[in-house]
Amino acid sequence: MGQVIKVGMADLKICKAPDVLTTIGLGSCIGIALYDPTTKISGLAHIMLPDSTQIRNNSNIAKFADTGIQKLYDDMLKAGANKSKLVAKIAGGAKMFEMSNGSGSGINIGEKNARASKEKLKQLGIPLKAEDTGLNYGRTVELYSETGVYLIKAVGKDVKEI
Amino acid sequence: MLSLEEVNEKYIDVLKEIGNIGAGNATSAIANMLGLKIDMSVPEVQFLPVEKIGESMGAEDEVIVGIMLGVESDIEGSMMFLMDMDSAHHIINRLMMRPADYNEPFDEMDLSAVKEIGNIIAGSYLSALSGLTNLVITPTIPFVSVDMAAAILSVPAIQFGMMGDNALMIKTEFSDELAINGYFILMPEEDSYEKILTSLGLSL
Repeated sequence: MGQVIKVGMADLKICKAPDVLTTIGLGSCIGIALYDPTTKISGLAHIMLPDSTQIRNNSNIAKFADTGIQKLYDDMLKAGANKSKLVAKIAGGAKMFEMSNGSGSGINIGEKNARASKEKLKQLGIPLKAEDTGLNYGRTVELYSETGVYLIKAVGKDVKEI
Repeated sequence: MLSLEEVNEKYIDVLKEIGNIGAGNATSAIANMLGLKIDMSVPEVQFLPVEKIGESMGAEDEVIVGIMLGVESDIEGSMMFLMDMDSAHHIINRLMMRPADYNEPFDEMDLSAVKEIGNIIAGSYLSALSGLTNLVITPTIPFVSVDMAAAILSVPAIQFGMMGDNALMIKTEFSDELAINGYFILMPEEDSYEKILTSLGLSL
């Protein structure tokens, strides 16, 4: 195993084999993993919000599903990834608190994030190979560039591989 | 007319004041409930980029307790109270009259006790805010989550992230034999934020 590279909140990074990309404690945010099995070029984006066009203050493009996934895709192609071979896996988008009333943290932003991420992937023609989204708990993810394995760890649960 | 910077500075002062009054109220309410004397440190207001909220309480994967409530009436939004696991166990053990070193995972009863504590603390802060602004502010029922800090804190990060790039957190430390570290986060919707500022005589 190579280096473990950390991706922060509203951040994105790419790597080559044998390095590993990780992001810790995804709540309602989504971790979008892009992978090219032929070159083993890998990318991970940690987005917070679905749509940059709905927000006035949108200078950090890694914060949004639409602009973040686009940037990750562009960076990977620049690094030599094969456009037609790219596949995606996503995790996160939880509803951390069962708030039922209309006010509060923009009801079920997690689900909106997941939907927006899938839409953007579809638009770029990247097949979604697997997902682990929704429910009510946080997830730490690790993307292994050697194999394309996306590991998901949650408190009090078995490690999941997608 | 005030500049944005001046408004922000004054808003921080107000949050500190809310922190002081709110934590004072909360301290006496908790002290009465648990039957012990609690001291409280001067609250500290932290102004930080939303991307950094996840690590503001320590390690991102450290398990913490988050209590979230909606805020209604004159303003709309939500608020959150966060504490580390040691603090939560400490309070719950006191409340349940268990030995101080008991630290089994929380059961249903424990979680409702955590909610009740959250209710008291939130109510204390909100009445401070209400007193300063003359706005009617009512909390909804609390919800609790025990999970990784970064995952819980993604909720306020997203909420603040919709409005801008920075978030405000009030840090308070209560202490008796053991320090109780807590964070209070107020998340008004954009219109309500303006309403709070206007009520305080601050406008852009």
